Amino acid sequence: MTDMSELVLFKNRRPDKAATFEEYRQSGGYEALTAVVGKLSPKDVQQQVLDAGLKGRGGAGFPAGRKWAGVPETGHFPRYILPNTDEMEPGTFKDRILVNADPHLVLEGIILTAYAVSAEKGIFFIRPSYEHDAELIEQELEVARQANFLGKNILGSTFSFDLVVHRSGGRYICGEASAQINAIQGRRPNPRKGGPHMAEQGLWKKPTIVNNVETLACVPGIIRHGAAWFKGLSATPTGAGTKLYCVSGMVQRPDCYELPIGTRLSEIIDGSAGGLSPGSTFKACLPGGASTSFMPKQFIDVEMDFDPLKKIGHRLGTGAIMVFDQNTCLVAATINLIEYFARESCGWCTPCREGLPFILELLRAIECGEGKEEYIPLLRRMAGHMNHAYCAFAPGAVQPVYGLLNYFEEEIREHISQKKCPFGVVPQGSCQTVWANRGNGLYPGAANTKDKFASCPI
Amino acid sequence: MLPHEIRQKLTLEIAACEHAREKAIDVMYILQRHYGYLSDEAVHEAAGLLSMTPLELEELATFYDFIYREPVGEYVIHVCDGVVCWMHHEQAVFEYLCRKLGVGLGETTADGLFTLLPTACIGDCHQAPSMLINGKFYGLLTPEKIDVILEQLVCESCNPVLTR
Ligand SMILES: Cc1cc2nc3c(=O)[nH]c(=O)nc-3n(C[C@H](O)[C@H](O)[C@H](O)COP(=O)(O)O)c2cc1C
Ligand code: SF4
Ligand code: FES
Repeated sequence: MTDMSELVLFKNRRPDKAATFEEYRQSGGYEALTAVVGKLSPKDVQQQVLDAGLKGRGGAGFPAGRKWAGVPETGHFPRYILPNTDEMEPGTFKDRILVNADPHLVLEGIILTAYAVSAEKGIFFIRPSYEHDAELIEQELEVARQANFLGKNILGSTFSFDLVVHRSGGRYICGEASAQINAIQGRRPNPRKGGPHMAEQGLWKKPTIVNNVETLACVPGIIRHGAAWFKGLSATPTGAGTKLYCVSGMVQRPDCYELPIGTRLSEIIDGSAGGLSPGSTFKACLPGGASTSFMPKQFIDVEMDFDPLKKIGHRLGTGAIMVFDQNTCLVAATINLIEYFARESCGWCTPCREGLPFILELLRAIECGEGKEEYIPLLRRMAGHMNHAYCAFAPGAVQPVYGLLNYFEEEIREHISQKKCPFGVVPQGSCQTVWANRGNGLYPGAANTKDKFASCPI
Repeated sequence: MLPHEIRQKLTLEIAACEHAREKAIDVMYILQRHYGYLSDEAVHEAAGLLSMTPLELEELATFYDFIYREPVGEYVIHVCDGVVCWMHHEQAVFEYLCRKLGVGLGETTADGLFTLLPTACIGDCHQAPSMLINGKFYGLLTPEKIDVILEQLVCESCNPVLTR
């Protein structure tokens, strides 16, 4: 069933190449823009997106139409739009695939959004690992300009809008909307808080809309086919549209799949992704990137949409599903995640800067067999302190810790009572054996480094 | 000293911007490419071009992953240590590369060709374990594959991309 659902965002996805401008045109591309510019008012466009129930795909699920409506109707120009392709949430690679599959779909979405909020400049924020995307977008921007879909007086109207690529220096926090504004302004990208909402005073104190590129890519379809069509794409009555689900980890076919939003987790894993890898059984997954909680088997049939996940105390996040199998030590997995967050913390506020390393220390002690019973409530208390942090980074960072505590407390206890990691021996036949005892054919001049690195704790 | 052509090109680009600081990262990348890393001299030159103080620029340079304040090799190998690659034994990739290149993490080979660095999830999780070399993706890594990749790089003439 899942294989037959309608592709909207990945309609033009090919294995090795991006859809060209012509290919995008042939699939109905830029029809929405032509139907809108000079014919519909910006308010009409906003209303259609609001009616369609499009929720932000960057992690928080904020309704796009409502965000745009926050831009004051009069005054305050220029206005900016920031298509967010920072995508540094571990497990997430949908934006990279989307931009590479159909760059003009993303561009048309951006231009329509600019029209809806009367923005005249867009700054396409791209992380350094995605340099290929940055070059592709720059090249296709020129094609769109030639066709007068971008630049001065688009399609002969009074609407002018242009887009430039901003290359990031690379840090997770730059994906956070207010930090991104600082980054573009050439300031240290700490998040901002307080003051007027960004839709009123954002980049250079002007109205600014930050949207994820997947959110933006949904807009042309909504304009062409209408709000009811978009709602009808969903697998649940409350949802709207399709969703790009990244599936990775211990599955047969890890990839990014476009499916009706609200498709059941079990269908995504067993259907699209071909089930668990040989020899693996499902233990847990992170449903929406590293800033979401582990979900054990009992939730395997949950509908992967904002509301159903919220109802069971979880979050859709970016929809990046990472599957862990029975051989994975989840204490060790959480250590990996908290190491990442502790390293990526921008360091601005104390709970996050000091709290995450402390949580990491507790987890490491547990993993090494030096944990104590009282560390369990202590972990929970420390995670709670993250609610006092300055931005959403720290509360997100401890979601896997909550998952570990809520569903795998027994596993933590085993570490404590056995005074060691119960997964100490890596099962034969895993990829570890592929790597064992290699290291011949040294690079010329390689020194003897056997003391320089420690080995994997599990 | 920055060659005249680069200086002039950057001066024009910065002047064309509404706010000079917008260009800070681009300027750092270009100087880094010229010098091989963002040297102290480069920090001062970049700051001058951008009408920022060296301290303001340093605040940025030390924040970002892909700005190198210390010399790096011609090829920078960024091995992903994200959780999906971890599941696929990224640690073994590091160990293999360390052993093969004879360096520890963060170090450069004696001939100045390779620098080995860990990095956050690079968005290639469906091909874990994965790494970037001068911005190019290499996934589904095995020891054999790494051998072939490195051999090719040693043979090829160096063609660094912007982000190195
Ligand atoms: C620490 C942190 C990192 C974030 N990283 C990203 C990112 O890489 N890409 C993204 O689109 N949104 C990211 N966000 C969410 C943005 O702040 C913002 O909500 C989003 O870009 C808005 O787009 P949307 O409404 O279309 O989802 C991040 C948020 C936080 C707190
Ligand atoms: S929560 Fe972390 S990332 Fe956010 S402002 Fe505080 S230190 Fe920075
Ligand atoms: S975790 Fe390694 S590429 Fe995402």
